[in-house]
Amino acid sequence: MKLTDTLQFASGSLRGSPTRTLLMILAMSIGVASVVVLTALGEGARRYVVDQFSSLGTNLVIVLPGRTETAGLGPGMLVGQIPKEITLDDAQAIMGSRAVKRIAPLTVGSATLSRDALNRDVVVLGSTSDLLEVRHMSIGVGKFLPAGDIHESASVCVLGNQMKQELFGNEQAVGQWVRLGDRRFRVIGVLSSQGESMGMRTDELVIIPVASAHQLFNTSGLFRVLIEAKNRDSIEQAKSDAEAIMFQRHAGEKDVTVITQDAVLATFDRILTALTMAVGGIAAISLAVAGVLIMNVMLIAVAQRVKEIGLLKALGAPPKQIRSLFFAEAALLSSIGSVAGLVLGYIGSTIIGQVYPSLPVSPPWWAVIAACGTALGTGILFSVWPARRAARLDPVAALAGR
Amino acid sequence: MIELQNVSRSFTVGDQQVSALRDINLRMDAGEYISIMGPSGSGKSTMLNLLGLLDRPSSGTYLLDGGNVTDLTDEQQAQVRREKIGFVFQSFHLVPRLTAAQNVELPMILAGIAPEERKQRVEVLMQNYGLSARADHRPDQLSGGQRQRVAIARATVMKPTVLLADEPTGNLDRATGWEVLKLLEGLLEQGITLVVVTHDTEIGARAHRQIHMLDGAIRSDERHTT
Repeated sequence: MKLTDTLQFASGSLRGSPTRTLLMILAMSIGVASVVVLTALGEGARRYVVDQFSSLGTNLVIVLPGRTETAGLGPGMLVGQIPKEITLDDAQAIMGSRAVKRIAPLTVGSATLSRDALNRDVVVLGSTSDLLEVRHMSIGVGKFLPAGDIHESASVCVLGNQMKQELFGNEQAVGQWVRLGDRRFRVIGVLSSQGESMGMRTDELVIIPVASAHQLFNTSGLFRVLIEAKNRDSIEQAKSDAEAIMFQRHAGEKDVTVITQDAVLATFDRILTALTMAVGGIAAISLAVAGVLIMNVMLIAVAQRVKEIGLLKALGAPPKQIRSLFFAEAALLSSIGSVAGLVLGYIGSTIIGQVYPSLPVSPPWWAVIAACGTALGTGILFSVWPARRAARLDPVAALAGR
Repeated sequence: MIELQNVSRSFTVGDQQVSALRDINLRMDAGEYISIMGPSGSGKSTMLNLLGLLDRPSSGTYLLDGGNVTDLTDEQQAQVRREKIGFVFQSFHLVPRLTAAQNVELPMILAGIAPEERKQRVEVLMQNYGLSARADHRPDQLSGGQRQRVAIARATVMKPTVLLADEPTGNLDRATGWEVLKLLEGLLEQGITLVVVTHDTEIGARAHRQIHMLDGAIRSDERHTT
């Protein structure tokens, strides 16, 4: 018997009982669709987090003061030691590493920003001109902090978009003077609106030169040093260089923590991929259920078509052929169900994408392949028994309908 | 040519052994017209199933066209059925979802014959049996006589050497029954061996050779030269 004839015969017998066929396709497609939709959601969440991280900057290495011990308390803390702070000179020394492209020291504080009678409590970032590049910020109007000696405290500031709106409305802000704490700063630029990234709203920031911030807050230590490595491959090198330089400059004391953005990102990536797979796996259970349903309905089909099977045997169909007829039926059912499920799943993902536009919902390719594979696999696997049962029927009894 | 040598067939019913056929020796030559008659339970259906390779004897040997077919595997027996044996049943056994033409085509599909040739052979047969106008009708749209004609077309489409008919007129009225019987007898001209199982003596009497069975044994085997 030719393959095309087998498929034709099988599709004929599927068309012969449309209700049964439709119900089985429905079960199969719901299984496939749920895998597609749920993994699309998981993948969307993963991509959302990854995007958030990369909006922080690329190839970032971050130096923070103090040593984070996974076991809890650091040895210094028991004797009341405060970790030695990171100074501007430390930050500049890190530039000595070949793997480092640029750095941006960071000091954070809060102060009252005021213009005439208007005032706001704001988060003040003290940094250098390189912050713009390192953090992927973009300037809307005017200029960012000027490049030059990082020890020089210029009285200039860059406003976040929202701060500018609140203080100046639609007026021109660049060139005007504002008061920050007890000092006066001239506005030299306004950041373009960027929204939120990793919990920090750049729209509500005021950025001033790091030396000015040290004077304003009367400190000399840095909150963070952001390091941008030359490229992806030099991230590890930049990290170990930074560690070595700090170790040397702090008199052999490991009192800073250096983390890479990649490490954090990779952790989130792993967690969310695992989550996506788990959710997909749960959805795959519905596929297995659909498989059992196919087996059940196939067994009923064998019982209903006993006479037809008997006839096929009398006409000279060997057991192998009877089996392949039932396999073909199962394969057709599963593949039609898979296609219907994919269509349903993609429609569902698109709807979710419309409802939550910030979530980049799209089913991962591996989930699509796995869903279709499982559908086909279970469909055919669960038809083995019914097909064997049909092939083993005694022709005499089958013709008599027994 | 068919030859049964010491063929027996017994079934286990509950804890009892029931003999359906006892030590049958029988020889049928090619082109013979044979009727097998007897009351229910005499073993005539079992005999037909054995002849059609739908059943295997408990003991004895079955030679078909000189070859021993008793010990063939299921697959090989299926091939013999496909190529050499045609069946006509009392209840027609047409596939309800297929049209008349598709029912006739079925054995050729199973044999893997190319679609063009299948179409041609079906057309010729439908024409010969006066079914051309009914080719696209499903069995439930056909009369009993038409259904049996479709079934005979299906049984002969593979050009078998043996045609086994089990009460072919049993579900038909008298007039239609005679028509169907004439159709079957017409096949004798093509050299087919026709075996008709019936309990209708009038129909059985038309055969050139009449075998009467009782309790699983052949009681009489008469030849008429009419």
